[in-house]
Order: sequence, then structure tokens, then C-alpha cells
Amino acid sequence: MDTREPLQFYSVPLAGVDTSELQGKLIVIEGPDAVGRTTQIMQLRQWLEAEGHAVLDTGMARSALAGKGIKEAKGGNTLGPITMTLFYTTDFADRLENEIIPALRAGFVVLIDRYIFSIMARAIARGEDRRWIEEVAGFALVPHAVYYLHADVKDLLSRVVVGRGAFDYWESGMDLRFGPDMYESFVRYQTKLIRALDSMAKKYNFTIIDAGQPANTIFAELQELISTQILTPTRSSAARRARRATRGNGGS
Amino acid sequence: MPVLARNRYKGKLIVVEGIDGSGKSTQISLLSHWLRSQGYAVAFSEWNSSPLVQQTTRRGKRKEMFTPTTFSLLHATDFADRMESYILPLVKAGAIVCADRYAYTAFARDVARGVHRNWVRNLYSFALRPNLSFYFRVPLDVALGRILGGRDAIKYYEAGMDLGLSRDVEESFRLFQGRILDEYDAMAAEMGFHIIDATLSIEEQQKKMREIVMDQLGDSTTVLRTPLGDFNGHPRAAAVL
Repeated sequence: MDTREPLQFYSVPLAGVDTSELQGKLIVIEGPDAVGRTTQIMQLRQWLEAEGHAVLDTGMARSALAGKGIKEAKGGNTLGPITMTLFYTTDFADRLENEIIPALRAGFVVLIDRYIFSIMARAIARGEDRRWIEEVAGFALVPHAVYYLHADVKDLLSRVVVGRGAFDYWESGMDLRFGPDMYESFVRYQTKLIRALDSMAKKYNFTIIDAGQPANTIFAELQELISTQILTPTRSSAARRARRATRGNGGS
Repeated sequence: MPVLARNRYKGKLIVVEGIDGSGKSTQISLLSHWLRSQGYAVAFSEWNSSPLVQQTTRRGKRKEMFTPTTFSLLHATDFADRMESYILPLVKAGAIVCADRYAYTAFARDVARGVHRNWVRNLYSFALRPNLSFYFRVPLDVALGRILGGRDAIKYYEAGMDLGLSRDVEESFRLFQGRILDEYDAMAAEMGFHIIDATLSIEEQQKKMREIVMDQLGDSTTVLRTPLGDFNGHPRAAAVL
């Protein structure tokens, strides 16, 4: 299990970032495609703002630098697995350095729809080396919480069929060339993705939430968790701050 | 830590490295034309040339959006695309692939920008290890003289202006390329670079290069050659190009 404090780097620090300046909260929602992450983020944002918090929400392929390029690359048929992994990592780094870290400095609550774990899961599902991508993504900050909306493929299928009415090329992992059938490919690919995410749960301290519940129930559970674990300072984090303050006084 | 995976395929990978103004592009171009004229199937790959990534790199440079980390990652993305869809399949097929700059450029340049050394090396660990790596070593002043004489202006990122080393472009270029030079020199032995004195005449450098390449290729029978039937007295562009 990862025992690092929130808002520290997983492994390699980013140049020019002093993590002691970061004071906001970093909350990640993870989960496979079509599991209902976006709905939850939207509702959480409204609730947090109503509570008086400044909120930034961000998600994959939304960076000013690489968002457009990724969408264009996915429109073609030549995007290889390592290229895709690195393109998404570039997109993540751009948002981390230019949006997420500045927002954390300013004391925002940052809600992230998929973090490095989705990038890693996609890489692992495509047969890339786990240690390679873990180290590549090692400049990410440890979030205060990772809420993993857990579902099995059966649940995802009904959401895709009812909610979207069609299978998506990339969500079905068609680039893996399991075969011409999108349904079968979706099942195989999403099974691999879920397995990859499951395998990270312990190491990266995921809080697992049953995505099979009604959306309102999930929202209530997230509200409860965020209120009690993140927004209300616990005794240990208050103690940590006190220790820091003491150290600061001693040094001056 | 083993850097880069050994080439177990039929083809060969030849790369050139050096700071801007070292003359490496001229040399690899001459070499690839010569190899082609010898009947080898030759392909060429240039740094920063992936059609998937090019637009994004252009946007980042134009708007000066890069941090050292995103600069490093996007160049690795470009490299990955060329590796996955171009270099690797061609080397597997038995071609000689000539690359103008390779992962070592990132090892030198990204580290000079302050990116963590081991992180960059891990980033590129999917790359094929070249059969031959030429490093064109040139004193800073010579390189600077060539660049100032030959091109209109030194570009923002080439000069490392993003690092704030100096407000003067020429001074910044000197400082930044000096750091890169140090990084190249430091890895030369570890990476097995063939060092070419880039102050020699173009002809002398090319002669040395060809000797080393012939020595390495020897009578390699695995490397693809242009079909003889098509030859007809006129050397044709290699089949893969």
C-alpha cells in the first residue's frame, strides 16, 4: 500500500514545484468506461460549490496542449499503444502543471475524472510493462482520495447499450484486434481494464464504491466520504500541521 | 540499468547525435544516399516528424506552452509513434534505418532542461538500441558560428529560452547548448558512441563514417537489398522509401 502523504509526488518530483505550497484538496474518480463517473463529478461540483468551495474539474484529453491532438490521433487508425500512453501522459502533465497545481496552490478542491490509473490500466491492458508506465507517471501527485467506481463488464454492457446505443471503437479496444466483433472485443478489453484497475486498488489506496447502486446512492456515499475524510480536518492532519508550524518556528 | 532493447532483427539502425550546428544532418544524409547507391534498402527518420504528433508540437512551440516535462513527454510521444509504426517494422523487415537524432537527444537535452535523468531514460526504454551511434563532437563556438552564419534566427526552445538562463538569445543558446554538450560527453562511453571530430572537413568525416559502417555491416546477408531486376544501370530509390 502506498503510505505517502497526499500532495506528494509518487516518485520523481516535478522541477520547480514546492509541494509544501499546495493546500487544496485533490479528489480522483476512477473507473472503467460508461460507469457513471462524469455524472458524479457534475453533481459533486455543484454540491461543493454550494458549500462554498472553489472547484476545478478536469479529465482526460482536456489539456490545452494535447487535447486536440489526441482526438485527431484517435480519428485515424495508426495510433500505437506506446504512442497513445505517452500522448495521454503528456496531456495529463500539461493539466497537472498548468491547471491542477495552480488550483491546489490557490486552495481549490480539484475533482479529476480519471487520473494516471486509467492511463496505466490502458497501457497494461495493451501489454505494456507495468513498471515502465508506473515510473513514467511517477510525477503525479498523491491524491487525498481515489474513489474507484467498481463495476463488472455486465453492468457496463447494459449502460453502453441503454445509455449510448452503440459501441465505441476505442472503448471496445478495437485497436487490440481481438476480432471484428465490437461486442466481443468490448467484453474482452473492458475485462482487462477492470482487472488492471483492480490490481492497483491496494497499492494506490483506492476507496472502492459499488457502481451497481443507483446514481443517487453513489452520490450520497461520495458526499459522506468527502465530508468526513477530506473536508473535515482529522486529528492526525491537524497534528501534522501543528508539527510543521513548530518546525517552521524553530528554523526562523 | 540496461538502456534500450538490443536489436535482434534482420535490419540495422544507424543514428547520429550532436548539438545543433554539429553537421550531423549533413553527414547522415550523405551516408543514407551512399548506402542506397550501394543497393541497400534504406529508410530515414527524423527527430520530431511524426504526422500524429507534429501539429501538437507546433502548437506548443508557437504558443510557448511547454514545461520541461511536457516538452520531454511530447517528444517521446513523437518518437514512440515513429518507433511503433515506422522504425521497428522496417528494421524487422531488414532495412537499414538512418535516424537523425535518437533517444540520446532526449537524454542530453531534457536533462539539460532539468528533467530527472533516470526518469527520461526509463521513458525511452521501449526504444531499439542502435547498431551504430555516431556522435559529432564540436566545440560550442564552432557550432554557434555555423548556426549564426547559416540560418535566420535561433529558435526559442533551441536556445533554451524557456529556462530563463539569459534574456539574450545568443547567450542563452550558448549556455543551454553547453549543458547539452556536457551531457553528450558524459554518456558517450556508456552508450558506445563512435565519436567523430566534427571540425574536420565534411569529406573526411564522411569517409570515417563509411569505414565504420562497412566494418559493422561487413558481409551481412540479413540486410535487405534493392531487387536487382529493377536496377537497370540507374540506381533507383530504395524499395522502402
